[in-house]
Amino acid sequence: MAPRSLEAAAALLRGGGVTVVAGGTDVMPQSRSGKIRLAPVLMSVRRVPELKGISGSDGTVRIGALVTISELLESALVRAELAVLWQACDHFASDQIRNAATIGGNVCNASPAGDTLVPLLALEARVVLAGARDGGLDTRRVPIAGFFSGPGRTVRAPHELVTALEIPLPGPGFVSAFCKFGTRPALDIPAVSIGFAAVREEGVLRNVRIALGAVAPTPLRAVGAEGILEGKPPDPDTVEAAVRVVQEEIRPISDVRASDWYRRELVGNLLRRMLAHVREG
Amino acid sequence: MSARVEIDFTLNGVRRKVEVPPAMSALAMLRDLLGLTGTKYGCGEGECGACTIRVDGRTVNSCLMFAADCDGRDVLTIEGLAASAQGEALARSFVEHGAVQCGFCTPGIVVQASQFIARHPGASEAEIKRGIEGNLCRCTGYRKIVEAIANAGSDSTFQGGAHG
Repeated sequence: MAPRSLEAAAALLRGGGVTVVAGGTDVMPQSRSGKIRLAPVLMSVRRVPELKGISGSDGTVRIGALVTISELLESALVRAELAVLWQACDHFASDQIRNAATIGGNVCNASPAGDTLVPLLALEARVVLAGARDGGLDTRRVPIAGFFSGPGRTVRAPHELVTALEIPLPGPGFVSAFCKFGTRPALDIPAVSIGFAAVREEGVLRNVRIALGAVAPTPLRAVGAEGILEGKPPDPDTVEAAVRVVQEEIRPISDVRASDWYRRELVGNLLRRMLAHVREG
Repeated sequence: MSARVEIDFTLNGVRRKVEVPPAMSALAMLRDLLGLTGTKYGCGEGECGACTIRVDGRTVNSCLMFAADCDGRDVLTIEGLAASAQGEALARSFVEHGAVQCGFCTPGIVVQASQFIARHPGASEAEIKRGIEGNLCRCTGYRKIVEAIANAGSDSTFQGGAHG
């Protein structure tokens, strides 16, 4: 099924027994490996116009759920205003996958290591959801920090469709950066990833946001370390205090990619490196 | 769910109508239904790029795409590319540089290269390496592949505007 409007898509979804497909880059391999079972109806949302496009107005950047990673990379708005997101897209999988994979799909797949999730957390994005009700659509917005409930799980109800991500447009003095660490540059699932955003104001950092991937069952904000850095200059003592706190507040596992100890060391080192860039930049 | 979905799309410049099972991949459709076996099945999960095709000008892994999603789109495979001037230029350069060993990765790399050099004429070696980061050659003959792509990029057929 390939509905041509959001209402038609939501109505189909409400009927139940539907697997939603956008780029297919997660659904296809996961269904083939048995990780997920395809529902009786496959619904391609590719023709739903309400899910497309990137726009900025009234202090908000709206990114349609169907926007591909390549389209994000080619967006002058994303590149200029949302560096942390642009950098994550630049490190996303491979060209072939960036051309197909969508930001809505990456968010719904909810991998603890999902590449766009860390920048979206650092940018305090809101997930826009729409669901059918009698005679219309219900829309709600969920802050992304509350959207993920476990590996591969979100608070999206089965009858809801993610339609867009909304990001508050950053103001003057905004700095942000993304870094991921894996064993190879392309197509890698990172051992850890980190996104940083803050406003630089007269030598101190304000509205500090640190997001981490692959260090817990969901991507998460390091609120303890953010509190240490808030309102202070990123001098060596403050940075070391933040590193100690961030290493305590994450819950990494040991797996084929890295051990728990190694992930804590990496997160500390990557945070030091990012703050050094902020200090020098 | 109906057992088959009818799709209508352009394949290598020719309009086609095909009935496909809903969960079939574009790769399986090309190889098993339509007999276009130039596109290869390598890993089946988007790691190797042997199945690379172009859809509406952009390269994708056909193993990760549903065949039904080809509906209404413009699909180019290695067979279609080979019949074009750009395909011939790439083939000539790959031969001249000895860039083909076992040959299994070659169709995917040539399709990816066709998009990359059309969009980035005059790309450096480092940029070409990044451009084909989604393609694996298990003979590990990357050096000659990168040289062949760089050389093909200087061919007149790739000059004068991006296509992808």
